[in-house]
Amino acid sequence: MAITKEQVRHVAKLARLKLSEEELENYTKELSSILDYMEKLNELDTSNVEPLTYPVGNKNVFRKDELGISVKTEDALKNAPLKNDKYFKVPKVIKSNKK
Amino acid sequence: MYKEYEAIIGLEVHAQLSTETKAFCSCSTKFGKTPNSNVCPVCLGHPGVLPVLNEKVVEYSALMGLATNCNINEYSVFARKNYFYPDLPKGYQISQYKEPICSDGFLEITTANNEKKRIRIERIHIEEDAGKSIHDSGSETLVDLNRCGVPLIEIVSKPDIKSPEEASLYLQKIRQIVRYLGICDGNMEEGSLRCDANVSVRKIGEKILGTKTEIKNMNSFKNIERAINFEIERQIDLLEDGKQIDQQTLLWNADLNKSESMRSKEEADDYRYFPEPDLFPVIVDEAWIEKIKTQMPELANARCERFINQYNIPEYDARILTNEKSLADYFESGTNFTNDFKSLSNWVMVEVLGIINNEKISIKDFPISSENLTQLINFINNGTISGKIAKEVFSEMLTDNKTAEQIISEKNISQISDVSELKEIISNIFNDYPKQVKEYIDGKEKLIGFFVGKIMQQTQGKANPKLLNEILKNKLSSLKNN
Repeated sequence: MAITKEQVRHVAKLARLKLSEEELENYTKELSSILDYMEKLNELDTSNVEPLTYPVGNKNVFRKDELGISVKTEDALKNAPLKNDKYFKVPKVIKSNKK
Repeated sequence: MYKEYEAIIGLEVHAQLSTETKAFCSCSTKFGKTPNSNVCPVCLGHPGVLPVLNEKVVEYSALMGLATNCNINEYSVFARKNYFYPDLPKGYQISQYKEPICSDGFLEITTANNEKKRIRIERIHIEEDAGKSIHDSGSETLVDLNRCGVPLIEIVSKPDIKSPEEASLYLQKIRQIVRYLGICDGNMEEGSLRCDANVSVRKIGEKILGTKTEIKNMNSFKNIERAINFEIERQIDLLEDGKQIDQQTLLWNADLNKSESMRSKEEADDYRYFPEPDLFPVIVDEAWIEKIKTQMPELANARCERFINQYNIPEYDARILTNEKSLADYFESGTNFTNDFKSLSNWVMVEVLGIINNEKISIKDFPISSENLTQLINFINNGTISGKIAKEVFSEMLTDNKTAEQIISEKNISQISDVSELKEIISNIFNDYPKQVKEYIDGKEKLIGFFVGKIMQQTQGKANPKLLNEILKNKLSSLKNN
């Protein structure tokens, strides 16, 4: 197994996913087989190759510091399940885990 | 602090860059607008949108790096910092991780006993701000995303700070620099400048660092000193009791004057940083750095030195005048209208600064222009009014929006400096008080004060005091010798 059940539990928690014991088992197996498959890539010797983060060579793509058009408050809130006339509403955040 | 302990402090300072628009979209960065009105699909985190970096954010960050002796890294990239919180709609913050825009700098603070101390800067990186959550209204948390995506730089110091006072001085220096550069307004109350502290203690001589805690939510210089002080004492007390220090994040509660645990590091942060695929690398080459350098203004230290030399004022004055760029500008524009730089410095440091500090206004909102203040000083120097009257004229200038010249002529309060006029006034007084004149001649010389008093009373304080004394003495002694 390339990944343990505990690691899956941790990743699920970080992604705010609630998994049943059965799902945990399944994901551990499935993720492991995906990771095992990807292991194949490690057969290649890349010790002399610089890691490539960006597949295209673009750089310095900027915009000027000029005001554009924002959306109306009403439109901004349109998709929110909970709102009042100005704010998004979310369930009370009691224990903060904000950085 | 217990003598055998030392504190090790590092600061992370977030400065909101004063660009017109956000870091990755063209929404306004203005503070205090209708909630959720400065937003668009990009900063709302809608699917399928693409961020595009504001060029000015790179320039401002590089300016800060240059001003704090950092290397400006030719190659820097953005990363995603993943965490869930309602004020961060994308579920990640765009930040810089492994390759920040600036690294390895330092700045110098001047400690209370006038020693210079260097605080090293590990890195400066670019990131975006989150929105604002309002917790204290009803049963739900309200979220305003206007601030979401506003550009920040995070300035991370090395753990070179040894006391709460040094921490405050370091932050004041950062604030002074960003305000001189004009890249951040430095307003701590509105959160444009924020500071977190990493604090640990250890016995002096110990080589290994103690367990550190992080303190957040210190929104004034005073709170920073108090919060760090509180934390140092708390940690030492724990160690003295044989207890362990838990690695944790604390929130400073300014009302209760104590810190409260926010979360323990057992639920360790796991941000799963990875390179932001939506943004290309930023390359700042030599040519661009040279161009940015041309935007570098004269900073406080250099300006202070120049003021001492150019205007021949004491270092103490120069330091106060250059502490804020706007005050230094005020003083300097006044120097165009007088050669009496020391008097100008005194008036600015005492009268002007007194009022703006008292009324908590900025020098930009001060009602008297430096040109008009200088005019007032020149009226003292050329004998038109006395220093005492000048203070009164100054008070009126504050409220009436009039120049010193207008007030002096309207109220007819210019000094009587005309010799023949003064002589005539003196003769009249002598006629009115022959008894006192005789007593003076008989040796009661203290009575000169009596005559000065009477003349001042009669002229409503307008007689030029120096001239009056001179003429009076001459006249009395000639009477005596006859």
